[in-house]
Amino acid sequence: MILSRRQALALGGAALTVSFVPVNFAVASEAGDAAIQAFTGGVAATEGGVDLTTPEIAENGNTVPISVSAAGATSILIVADGNPNPDVATFHFGAMAEPTAATRIRLAGTQNVIAVAKMADGSFKQSSHAVKVTIGGCGG
Amino acid sequence: MASIKPRVKVPDSVAAGEVFTVKTLINHAMESGQRKGKDGNKIPRKIINKFEATFGGEMVFTADLATAISTNPFIEFSMKIAAPGDLAMTWTDDDGSVYETSKSIAIG
Repeated sequence: MILSRRQALALGGAALTVSFVPVNFAVASEAGDAAIQAFTGGVAATEGGVDLTTPEIAENGNTVPISVSAAGATSILIVADGNPNPDVATFHFGAMAEPTAATRIRLAGTQNVIAVAKMADGSFKQSSHAVKVTIGGCGG
Repeated sequence: MASIKPRVKVPDSVAAGEVFTVKTLINHAMESGQRKGKDGNKIPRKIINKFEATFGGEMVFTADLATAISTNPFIEFSMKIAAPGDLAMTWTDDDGSVYETSKSIAIG
């Protein structure tokens, strides 16, 4: 079968559309899970109760501003599950501190940022955000 | 290497029990150990791995930092105090050096 120019273009267009399926964010890395497990000691964390603020799209993965707060938390773990080293930071709050913190982090690429808060009663709460990164921030 | 100097922004005086924000910044390369130098070898990791803030000797806020913290680490936290005193902050480097600064906060 010989395609006309018009048919060939139409086919190519269809193929392009198919290749642009949305990026799947739900790829949690095993290393990221391991970091969370190490923090919680295997206790399952419930969703919600942690206020995590990240940009939806980070143009520069070298400095991504994030902030986190969780009422009643004694410490908060931040994990970036797509980084070569998923640990980001752990904040511990004393009696005089409010359970809120902000910093700037590096993200190697588009991935989830997860905050796990340890509550005063020993339970854990978590919340995660997908961040799209235009230029990754891990050198190379 | 340029001298490492922490910069901290805190109010000079606060009302007792009022929540205020402490903003800290320190100039440091936070070399992640992932980057390669011109010779193709990896640049060894050298980061600030711990930040601690104490007020009158009591722990207020600590942060364990990993390689994913950006160059010139910025850390912000909030606290409240009941009495005047000094807020002492230390940053611990991978090579063991400690950078420190202190700010006095009055009640007023």
